[in-house]
Amino acid sequence: MDAAAPLLSVEDLRTHFFTVDGVTRAVDGVSFTVNAGETLGIVGESGCGKSVTALSILRLLPQRIGRIVGGRVLLEGEDLLGLDIGAMRDIRGNRIAMIFQEPMTSLNPVLTIGEQIAEAVRIHQGASAADALARAEEMLALVRISDARRRLGDYPHQFSGGMRQRVMIAMALSCNPKLLIADEPTTALDVTVQAQILKLMLELKERTGAAVMLITHALPVVAETCQRVIVMYAGRIVEMAEVTELFDRPLHPYTRGLMSSIPRLGAAARQKRLTEIPGLVPDLRKPVIGCAFAPRCPLADDHCRAEAPPLTEHLTAHQAACWKAGEAA
Amino acid sequence: MAGVAAEAAAAPRSGGARVFIRRNPTIVIGGALLIVMLILALLAPFIAGDPLHVAPVNRLQPPDLTNLFVAGAMDRFGTDNLGRDVFARTIYGARVSLLVGIAVAFFSTTIGLFVGLAAGYYRALDTIIMRLMDALMAIPGILLAIALVALTRGGVPVVIFAITVPEIPRVVRLVRAVVLTVRERPFIDAAVSVGSRPRKVILRHILPNTLAPLIVQATYVCASAILVEAGLSFLGAGVPPEIPTWGNMIAQSRLFLSRAPWTVFFPGACLAIVVLAINLVGDGLRDRLDPRLARRMR
Repeated sequence: MDAAAPLLSVEDLRTHFFTVDGVTRAVDGVSFTVNAGETLGIVGESGCGKSVTALSILRLLPQRIGRIVGGRVLLEGEDLLGLDIGAMRDIRGNRIAMIFQEPMTSLNPVLTIGEQIAEAVRIHQGASAADALARAEEMLALVRISDARRRLGDYPHQFSGGMRQRVMIAMALSCNPKLLIADEPTTALDVTVQAQILKLMLELKERTGAAVMLITHALPVVAETCQRVIVMYAGRIVEMAEVTELFDRPLHPYTRGLMSSIPRLGAAARQKRLTEIPGLVPDLRKPVIGCAFAPRCPLADDHCRAEAPPLTEHLTAHQAACWKAGEAA
Repeated sequence: MAGVAAEAAAAPRSGGARVFIRRNPTIVIGGALLIVMLILALLAPFIAGDPLHVAPVNRLQPPDLTNLFVAGAMDRFGTDNLGRDVFARTIYGARVSLLVGIAVAFFSTTIGLFVGLAAGYYRALDTIIMRLMDALMAIPGILLAIALVALTRGGVPVVIFAITVPEIPRVVRLVRAVVLTVRERPFIDAAVSVGSRPRKVILRHILPNTLAPLIVQATYVCASAILVEAGLSFLGAGVPPEIPTWGNMIAQSRLFLSRAPWTVFFPGACLAIVVLAINLVGDGLRDRLDPRLARRMR
């Protein structure tokens, strides 16, 4: 396999939810790649499909309701969507690991921390109980939980939120995954702890060489941690660029809206009111005609409302799905 | 700082028993009563005479509790219409009652646990299993026991089986309900996301979370089984009459109730005490294991 080939390549992924109220197109034709060792941010409002994209990659969608109806997910050239469930289990936690949003409830209250970290090691590396526990201790020390040996026998309720998220990171990295998907890893934490957790994640990523797919709704988090950013809206990618490029020259009106809705400090900002994006995310149960953002977009015209804009490269390595890309807001 | 922490860690241990008694009086009282009964039942051959020895000369002797601790005394609880020692029969009867209660609680919770886990986790099995359980629940326990005793020669195993069968669906429903809530919790997704197989998810992550309510349920099953066994024996559909059980004793002595109330009183009182003790333990465990439920019920 040549070095230039991406680690993960998602091609035209479509994930729909079949509910009694109709079909929700949660992810509607998403394509992107993750290169080995890179940090990719996926940003968007609640319900834009970023978590569903992550769950689709690992095929962890809610049974019976959620279904991947099209596309391919290639991990080092192998299509994950075609694998049988046993082969998929070999990938989960081993080559792709995931960290969830809620550290308070993502650990089993009746099992010790040590048992839970050791679980993935035992499953994927066939390690003995003692070896797996030793690895768990090593991982716990790596995420800077002091007195790791003793804390292995503690239960989740004896840890704080930030420490639990550290435990989740230790669990996720215990099998040296190639890709770590972090779904809002810091959203549920105190602001002071958020920065610590992000820093720790990035440090460990450097150490293990894993690629990170960081899902978040917070642009500042992306600015500090990611190399490339994908902005999602209504189940589609609306903009994709290098992080500095995106913040310097946002092309899509939605991205610009997101940026101007971040409160800023300083004299220049003091007079201005904090801007918001008017309107609501469209109902994904109804077919979207034209650009999904058009009803909320200040630049929208009849062309926007009639025909959906494709994701095209407007600047170098900077793609946006907008007919008016680059026009001043 | 370290000293304070060490002290705090040591505190619950020193004087732990006293604290435990003060916080859990129901468990302690119920547990003590049960342990006494259990010891008496186990030591029956050493502390009680022959429960089957018939001595018509001594029939319907009133009890003399002053002899309670005199080994070999025949009239501690008096004698029945055939001159049999009521004390010996009551103590031996405890063996059957406790055996039936514990066995029914064990079998119905064990079977119910695994059936309930399967029903709650595998949605495809759920409908089939739950309709089967509905059918089982529709069978009246006493009728089933009478039918079984009529078909076989009866005996303790048949009674245990007959009481276990209608208890299973109750346990299955409880376990299934717990599984349905546990399986939606994020740590189950987390377990699946590290590559755990369904069997492992069920046994390692879901099962331990069902144990607290299940243990509480087991105590209620145990108490109810002891009562049902006594009822079946009383009706003549339970343990064969030659084996002394509390139900059999009450049944055989009811004709002499007005002349020799002690023949009914002692087995009846033991029955009430054991059932009360088990329920006390069950309530105490529920308070300890599920504080939220306990608060709601108060």
